Amino acid sequence: MPGLGTSFGRGGATTAQQDVANADCILIEGSSMAEAHPVGFRWVMKAKERGATIIHVDPRFSRTSALADIWVPIRAGTDIVFLGALIRHLIENDLFFREYVVYYTNASCILSDEYRDPEDNGDGYFSGWNEEKRAYEGESWLYKGGDLSRPQRDLTLQDPQCVFQKLKRHFSRYTPEMAEKVCGIPPELFHKVADALVAASGPEHTAAVCYAVGWTQHSKGVQIIRAAAILQLLLGNIGRPGGGILALRGHASIQGSTDIPTLYDILPGYLTMPHKGDETLQQYLDNYTKKTGLWAHYPEYIVSTLKAYYGTHATAENDFGYGWLPKLTGNHSFFEFLYDMLDGKMEGMFLMGQNPAVGAPNSRLQRKALSKLKWLVVRDMVEIESANFWRESPEIDRGELKPENIETEVFFFPAAGHAEKEGAFTNTQRLLQWREKAIDPPGDCRSDAWFVHQLALRLIAKAKASADPIDEPLRALDWWYPEDSLGDTNMEAVLAEINGWHTLEEKENVERPTSNAQHPTEDGVVFGVDRNGEPHHGPQVNAFAELKADGSTACGCWIYSGVFGRDGVNKANLRKSRDYLGHGWGFAWPSDRRIIYNRASARPDGSPWSERKKLIWWDSEKWTGIDVPGFVKGKAPDYEPEVGAEGLDAIPGDAPFILHEDGLGWIYVPKGLRDGPFPTHYEPLESPVSNDLYSHATDPAVNWFTRNENRFAPPGDARFPFVLTTYRLTEHHTAGGMSRFLSHLAELQPEMFAEISPELASELKINKGDYICIVTLRGAIEARALVSRRIRPLRINGKRVHQAALPYHYGTAGLVCGGTANDLLTISGEPNVTIMEAKALTCNIVPGRLPHGQAFAEFLNKYAPQAGQISLHPEEPSVSTGTSGGGHASEGKE
Amino acid sequence: MIGEGTQSTNQRRHNYVQENVEVGFFTDPTVCIGCKACEVACKEWNQVPDDGFTWSGNSYDNTGHLGASTWRHVMFVEEDRQKGNQIVGSHSLGSGNGEDPFRWVFLSDVCKHCEEAGCLEACPTGAIVRTEVGSVLVQNDVCNGCGYCVVSCPFGVIDRRPEPLADAGGAFKCTFCYDRQKSGLVPACAKVCPTESIVFGRLDDLRARAAEHVQQLQQNGYRDAQLYDPQETSVRGIHAFFLILGEPEAYGLPPKPQIPTIYLKSAWTSAIATAIALSIATFCAFAFL
Amino acid sequence: MTSLTALLSKWPLVRQIRERKDGTGLEAMSEKTRVMHARTDDAQVARSICPYCGVGCGQLVYHKNGKLISIEGDPESPISQGNLCPKGAASYQLLTHSRRETKMKYRAPRAKEWTEISLERAMEMVAERVWESRKRAFVRQIDGSNINHTTAICHLGGATLDNEENYLIKKLFTAGLGMVCVSNQARI
Repeated sequence: MPGLGTSFGRGGATTAQQDVANADCILIEGSSMAEAHPVGFRWVMKAKERGATIIHVDPRFSRTSALADIWVPIRAGTDIVFLGALIRHLIENDLFFREYVVYYTNASCILSDEYRDPEDNGDGYFSGWNEEKRAYEGESWLYKGGDLSRPQRDLTLQDPQCVFQKLKRHFSRYTPEMAEKVCGIPPELFHKVADALVAASGPEHTAAVCYAVGWTQHSKGVQIIRAAAILQLLLGNIGRPGGGILALRGHASIQGSTDIPTLYDILPGYLTMPHKGDETLQQYLDNYTKKTGLWAHYPEYIVSTLKAYYGTHATAENDFGYGWLPKLTGNHSFFEFLYDMLDGKMEGMFLMGQNPAVGAPNSRLQRKALSKLKWLVVRDMVEIESANFWRESPEIDRGELKPENIETEVFFFPAAGHAEKEGAFTNTQRLLQWREKAIDPPGDCRSDAWFVHQLALRLIAKAKASADPIDEPLRALDWWYPEDSLGDTNMEAVLAEINGWHTLEEKENVERPTSNAQHPTEDGVVFGVDRNGEPHHGPQVNAFAELKADGSTACGCWIYSGVFGRDGVNKANLRKSRDYLGHGWGFAWPSDRRIIYNRASARPDGSPWSERKKLIWWDSEKWTGIDVPGFVKGKAPDYEPEVGAEGLDAIPGDAPFILHEDGLGWIYVPKGLRDGPFPTHYEPLESPVSNDLYSHATDPAVNWFTRNENRFAPPGDARFPFVLTTYRLTEHHTAGGMSRFLSHLAELQPEMFAEISPELASELKINKGDYICIVTLRGAIEARALVSRRIRPLRINGKRVHQAALPYHYGTAGLVCGGTANDLLTISGEPNVTIMEAKALTCNIVPGRLPHGQAFAEFLNKYAPQAGQISLHPEEPSVSTGTSGGGHASEGKE
Repeated sequence: MIGEGTQSTNQRRHNYVQENVEVGFFTDPTVCIGCKACEVACKEWNQVPDDGFTWSGNSYDNTGHLGASTWRHVMFVEEDRQKGNQIVGSHSLGSGNGEDPFRWVFLSDVCKHCEEAGCLEACPTGAIVRTEVGSVLVQNDVCNGCGYCVVSCPFGVIDRRPEPLADAGGAFKCTFCYDRQKSGLVPACAKVCPTESIVFGRLDDLRARAAEHVQQLQQNGYRDAQLYDPQETSVRGIHAFFLILGEPEAYGLPPKPQIPTIYLKSAWTSAIATAIALSIATFCAFAFL
Repeated sequence: MTSLTALLSKWPLVRQIRERKDGTGLEAMSEKTRVMHARTDDAQVARSICPYCGVGCGQLVYHKNGKLISIEGDPESPISQGNLCPKGAASYQLLTHSRRETKMKYRAPRAKEWTEISLERAMEMVAERVWESRKRAFVRQIDGSNINHTTAICHLGGATLDNEENYLIKKLFTAGLGMVCVSNQARI
């Protein structure tokens, strides 16, 4: 989550859902919270009950809009213009929270003279662009002097080189009139929103922002979130009750799976995966350790991770096994390796609880990619489309694939459900919540942990019998876990490792339990012995501050430290909430803090901004209050670091954002983003119009993933005149494996439909309930027409623009079936996180039914010619052959 | 009131059945988010089968109406009217009297558990009873599926379950989760409701609370807010009552629901009159012989 | 004889006549109705969390003799306070519906149908596939730099997995096998 991570320090929601009830105004944008997170929305309704103003900005009048005080229709993909106009409004009219901005943000920091803004040439480029690499070189974005730790500051905000003045200039053309022209939002509606937000800013008031994938799934998704971060910093809403940015996560443990990532580029706790060239541990540490702020402790975190991975095999002499970690040679994200699959370079794949045949963009291509694998392991509760693509997919129906030609071996493992195994999910507010096991899974159903454990046992046994040096890391892997009768690992033992412990080397003579009972010894050893009854580790650590870089501690995920400490209490399983923030219920990382950066809830002098909005404060000796203070407990508000101070000692007493080298909230991101330090409006990769702000229409650093089957319509392409956006229904879940097979959910939304306005329906002579086809360059699907005034045409730059909205849950398996919206989408890569643009594309709508069988190809070719030029968008890198523009295996690509 | 946690009447245990306390549902569309959790929770607890997989095209309502296999039904009403002071797009700005208003209202419908229940009065087998808490319960071990109740419900709630579903032929409707209530639990639909649009509690409390709430809403711009709780007609009040925006007809609710037995009364009167007239005529006929 | 009287007295009509009621109240209740109670009454309960979205609603999972009885909201959760959305409310069906797969299935190359194989055999086969693919496609060095990775095996998934499961996946796949193509939905 680099949007939040670069702005504030941590890649997670800044607040708790129930704290939204304390907001005086709530801006929901990029999310239909009432539909996708209904129970979280109860806290929005609580705020409304208390008199808060609820604003919903969305292309669709959704169930969220129905409950909002103000619904603002917007053209999909233009959020930065709207948010930018709000930012400009606050600056031009001096409505921002000055004291907060001056002291707690980097508005006062002086930038390098080399910095150039897109505004300077009006072309949409920042300084440092390298056309050959299609990437920025970010040196000119640094603070003056290049030191992030001790920036020069002008607290009057007048210096022309200070962030505030650059911000003012950057957004100077983002006027309400521009918002009308680009987003379709009339100025008087804009002012309603601006007034509500301004009224909810200051010492006595706060406003919260809620977003979901309606912001992230864009070609500039990270920068949309950045714009919201700037807005919230200007309004003084971060770290305060009823404020913050609530990133609404769509899956039970999606926060958890970034914290403990199943992602290619990070290690647990947001440590960086080593890259080619990070040859030794020392080189790696030199590249990623920061001098000041919490990240000065990087060596402690990574060495403890290596100790957790390789146990006693990780020693100071062998760099703690650093050499065994694989090194990245480029972008190895999903879309990159998908193209490898298509090109036959990928042999095997594990799919655990994911269904790309329906849930991933350009799903026709996804299904074809599956058919190119040598072997595929699918673990799910039902026979999803990704498990039976070789038998039931639209491609089989159309004769594009034939079972007898598909070589892929498929292993379908039935999975255990959530009540049939124990473990913790980390929810949208960074809260770890444990699930107790109720019953054994039926038949052959097993947990994913069982699968990984059983696979590990087999592979480690093979490695031990092998002398091949490539098997060294497997031989070194510390796979000590106690088992139950089903052959499943003891999940609390895994949690204990994630929390971290002192290794045996340090405390040889500590008392250890003789069995794997969970009662801790006097020293705080919780498990202590391995599967064979041999001593394995020492006492638990209580917090990440205990971690060491000398191999005396092991820790699987440093930010989770404290969840299972020396008292032997699994804090993820605590179930007695003591206060409204829920302390005593579960464990929130970091350190059970519920609202992070909460030093900002007090004035620079340490007193609360107001009685109404107090959270933590300085009581003349220490920080205290309702939440766990996110600050060194005894650091006085007037603390000034000495020159040359390192780590947290370098953070002043009035700097709340302690993960940043300067302790400040970053209105301007001097380092860490690939597409610019300020958010800038770029049109979606497929747009009905050109960019009104800059001559370059799209984000220059975006990865297009151009390929014959993944083509983009150029701006204003008359063949695809309508804006297409996708969304989630309350009644279904993602790709449908957990909803389309259940009668009680399937009956509530039993068929694929498309929402269109009465105006568009009348133009195309479509009646309510008619079958229609939605067509893009990637594919065509059938849907029923749901004609409603909830969708409205917008006036964009004098031109009427229609939008169509599609739910994305349907496929060919299950109780209810229907066209897969993802068949229409492009694969594209936002520059920072390689996420696709799923929320703003262009399409055509053709009344009538979609032809089956081989007639489909003819139909598609008629409305979306499949031959000819591959790169159609003028800003796309040109690709001449049918093969990939991506493909991570191209070594050293980085 | 959202946020009362375990103290909410939707969550805390109670002894209403043991204490013979009249209970009710108060359903408020101004906070309903149309999520249909009530429909699902009802079906899950009561093990009600699905009601078919037909897409309606009628907003997000694919449930249609209450019936033998649908005991909660969320209505989705799209209207060209304003909701409270809501600002919808560029319309209804400023004055609150927009020229091109629009609103989307959700209301979770359920059996009304009438004070005088048509179904109960029509049931010839004693299968339908009134419980300790005032609710109307169909006992499926007694019901013989005659269907008299179906035509006697002024709200069209109760229905017989078609083949090939389990217990086909029997009449079904909301049980007010009588089994749960006997164990001190709250009905599944109210317990699950994320925004407490459905409130369960003592009927007298709910009525007082609703009266106050509707007044507040009217002051806050919901000028067409009113309670739907017909007490003047022959149903003599309902245990599941509603706040509605606009007129009852928009929600398929009869403005003046009547139970068929009142027509029966007049039918009996005329039948007796006819009988008497007939007797006299017969008598006269004989007199002339 | 006494049992016959007892039986007769349970017949609603008899009770109605004896108790002189109109036959629409408690006197008309059948034995089944009289003894009715919530089926969760004598069940055990496990405290759980909803597996659908990221809100993290508390759930109470009622079970008896190894069988699920019901899944409801946990009123003590500070987030959900006993509520669930329709998906969370359908959790019982999620685990018990008839379309759920409970058998290990294998599809051989070019096959048109599944075949059933044992879990044990499937595990052995998968371990063999991983072992072979990794051997074929493991890169130790490029341009003299240590790489120690393979890009020929990939993993997708994670956002509905437990933290502990994700941890084991990353540990085995990345730290053990050298897989770098590891991804999930949670990219942003």
